[in-house]
Amino acid sequence: MRIDRALPVTIIVAALIAIWYVGAIFMNTPLQRDFYANAGRTDYSAADLALADLNMDRPKLPAPHQIVAELDKTVLETAPTSKRSLVYHALITLQETLLGFAIGSTLGIGLAILIVNLKVLEKSLMPWIVASQTIPIIALAPMIVVILNQFDITGVIPKAVIAAYLSFFPVTVGMVKGLRSPDPLQLDLMRTYCATRAQTFLKLRAPASAPFFFASMKIGVAAALVGAVVAEVTKSEDGGLGARLLAGSYYGQTVQIWAALFAAAALSATLVGLIGVADRIVSRRMGFAR
Amino acid sequence: MSARAYSGLAPPALFGAGVLILWEFVVRGFGVPVIILPAPSAIFNRFIHSIPTLAADFAQTIQGVVAGYAIGCGAGLLVAILIDRSQFLQRGLLPLGNLVSALPIVGVAPIMVMWFGFDWQSKAAVVVIMTFFPMLVSAVAGLSSAGPMERDLMKTYGAIYWQTLAKLRLPAALPFIFNALKINTTLAMIGAIVAEFFGTPTVGMGFRISTEVGHMSIDMVWATIVVAALTGSAFYGIVALIERRVTFWHASYRQRDA
Repeated sequence: MRIDRALPVTIIVAALIAIWYVGAIFMNTPLQRDFYANAGRTDYSAADLALADLNMDRPKLPAPHQIVAELDKTVLETAPTSKRSLVYHALITLQETLLGFAIGSTLGIGLAILIVNLKVLEKSLMPWIVASQTIPIIALAPMIVVILNQFDITGVIPKAVIAAYLSFFPVTVGMVKGLRSPDPLQLDLMRTYCATRAQTFLKLRAPASAPFFFASMKIGVAAALVGAVVAEVTKSEDGGLGARLLAGSYYGQTVQIWAALFAAAALSATLVGLIGVADRIVSRRMGFAR
Repeated sequence: MSARAYSGLAPPALFGAGVLILWEFVVRGFGVPVIILPAPSAIFNRFIHSIPTLAADFAQTIQGVVAGYAIGCGAGLLVAILIDRSQFLQRGLLPLGNLVSALPIVGVAPIMVMWFGFDWQSKAAVVVIMTFFPMLVSAVAGLSSAGPMERDLMKTYGAIYWQTLAKLRLPAALPFIFNALKINTTLAMIGAIVAEFFGTPTVGMGFRISTEVGHMSIDMVWATIVVAALTGSAFYGIVALIERRVTFWHASYRQRDA
């Protein structure tokens, strides 16, 4: 079963890498031709050209092995305390993401509980929460950083606030749905037991919302990471993967950009994966066999 | 819209108006500096006086949004239809699509700006990448949502693949497709605005926000955010309206009329 599933993915990934190499050759050839022309070299073969394409200093599209080499250099061979180390920057981003995610999901869950319990809030607030999903919230990021600066709040906090802001909405919407998911029959049963509101909440609504909880946590943590990275772009002095992206794009260091991008992707996939593992453990304990 | 639908709008409208009034009072009463939070009236004032600039920014950004959205969603749907016939491709591509949707794709913005230049084309490219995968994943799920009974019926009619696709499976997939279309409106706006943080000709909403923040003219930033919010909501609203017209038969709409 597992091999059955892994095989197609492996083959597709291999195909994508092959396409990537071909694409790198095509995209870098004009640039490399110019280099040769400037150096006065005309005696190169097609194989020379292709090989040079894949090992340029600042290629238009770096080849996968160049990115791996850059990752190896900046992750494994540089001390994590150095500013040249990708681990250093990834840790900054991770801090902001986790802090923001913690704040955002707590707020989101709290608000969802209030909305489910108070009719007034549901009617007045919920449409705004839904509408806020259609607004490109990320546009607020640069401003939040500046405003918090006015209060002498710098460093990790402003970025965590943006991360929290982004992760908060999906969590609220998902949890409202989850806390509402028990069907009327089950709610009626609780009523026949003379259950109080708190008991209904703890014994029925909260457990029933578990699948929604994990789904919205996954979206929330991914959104928090995006928020942290974008916030770092708008305030790049403090480092972080977003700052690496910006620095790379200033100096045309394409390999550095791609390496930072892969690091961010790996971070995001790891965080989402961890929540997925927690999801599986909890749902097995709760008896939802999947 | 019926009278009941209008009365449903009253609480959120009151709530919104209350927030605006409170905001205005707090800013005036406590003398909050403009740099931290301008009053709604100041933002409105700024908005009215900067309409030409805001319109130019809007025109610049919307090009990238619409072009990227159309290409990204179109390509996602097309690829979904193509891989729908192959179990193998589905099994290989879907996990990747799910993985990609959890990645911070906005990060490709600097690369796209390098490849396609400062103008709207690079923003469109970011939007294409951001919108492609949600559409792919949703459309594949949608195409397999037609029930076995309905498929058997089509078979008894002697329908060929294309007929089944056009008359049964695509219509059945529409709710899923529209779901992705709606999610993608926000993603498209975010992609275009963030891509403008990385370089743009001196016009565009993302450019305006990042430069005006630098000049500390926060009221202009808020005015731009108002434009972005209105654009995003209108974009979503248009898609939702089309969805209502096209998938009127779906349970989620039928229930509402009853």
